[in-house]
Amino acid sequence: MTMQPLYQALKARFPIGELTEQRPDLAFITVPREQLRGLLLHLRDQEGFTHLVLLTAVDWIEEDRFQLTYLLHDRKGARDIGLRVMLPRQAVIEGAPMESIHDLWPTAATYQRELREMFGIDFPDSPGVNEDFILEGWREIPPYRRDFDTLKYSNATFAPRPGRESQDPAQYMKAQLYPDGA
Amino acid sequence: MKQELEKRWVKGPDGVDFEVEPLRDYYCEAPPTVMPAAYSKIIEGLFNWARAESLWILGFGTGCGAIEMRPLMTPRFDAYRYGIQWRPTPRQSNLFVISGYLSVKTLKRVIRSYEQMPNPKYVVGLGSCTINGGMYFDSYNTITRLDEYLPVDVYITGCMPRPEALLAGFEELKRIIRAGKGEGANQYAERFDWYKANQKRVIHDWDMPDYNW
Repeated sequence: MTMQPLYQALKARFPIGELTEQRPDLAFITVPREQLRGLLLHLRDQEGFTHLVLLTAVDWIEEDRFQLTYLLHDRKGARDIGLRVMLPRQAVIEGAPMESIHDLWPTAATYQRELREMFGIDFPDSPGVNEDFILEGWREIPPYRRDFDTLKYSNATFAPRPGRESQDPAQYMKAQLYPDGA
Repeated sequence: MKQELEKRWVKGPDGVDFEVEPLRDYYCEAPPTVMPAAYSKIIEGLFNWARAESLWILGFGTGCGAIEMRPLMTPRFDAYRYGIQWRPTPRQSNLFVISGYLSVKTLKRVIRSYEQMPNPKYVVGLGSCTINGGMYFDSYNTITRLDEYLPVDVYITGCMPRPEALLAGFEELKRIIRAGKGEGANQYAERFDWYKANQKRVIHDWDMPDYNW
């Protein structure tokens, strides 16, 4: 089994980007943002991808992009497809909105609420998106962004106990197992 | 402040309107006080012996360590034979086992529960996370040191400690109590302002009364 036939069929209908085949039953497609909704509807209603497995984000800070991943599952065909949407990072930080898909899958509202809190990606139409999700009374930049230094924040906030040591596991085990440096 | 804590008029079941001010009506307005020892050393010793043999754990699992409680309270390890039992509410228990990592959100609930427990009360910190943060030492949302926020009597090391380690820890706690050193509740009362300041430094949306008993 391969995802090529599906990819070719989609490509005939939508202007989509490249395909990454992770496994025979799992592939990712890069999608322009304007095509996302149509593509999701097509996959859900025509191709049998009825289940939204997850909606998550990746912070590509070096490339100045946020990646949204919409992972869909086709129960009958036992295969998954992930749609990658790239957003301009700086614009998102400044509050550029992203389209909500809570009307396609109601569960998406929860994911979008989490993304709003953890990455600061705004989905203005999503119900309850501005309510506290996991964090209560958070004051810093969203904690899942790569430019948020969790160790620095933890040391400044939580009064660490002195005397903690960290070792590089590879070096430490090497010294333990081969004490004479062989 | 939360809506349910605000002063408001309520219609009772008998149709009479009455005013409710939750912070005054439902909670105590005074800080906790130090409980003095008994008048004689022999009596206090007797009390401490009785306290050590009557440990009631609050059934509140805060982290992954809560899973170690299940074999402990069931026949495999059977902590009941040592006089240790679990209770469902803070009003009926005197030992709080902080079982593993403690997020800021949970800390808020832990403080409320701890303050509602009757004196004398004890806290056991379970696992590395309560001691120095453990594997969550650099987390944005997990406290690294329990004794900044609550007085801790015994720490049990490990990630996770086995039920045997917990039983050893409880025996250690009993020795501490019998020796008259299980003074966590009095410490909390004496340094109440310090503990409150620490708690409020990490809990940013403090929307509960300062005195939760």
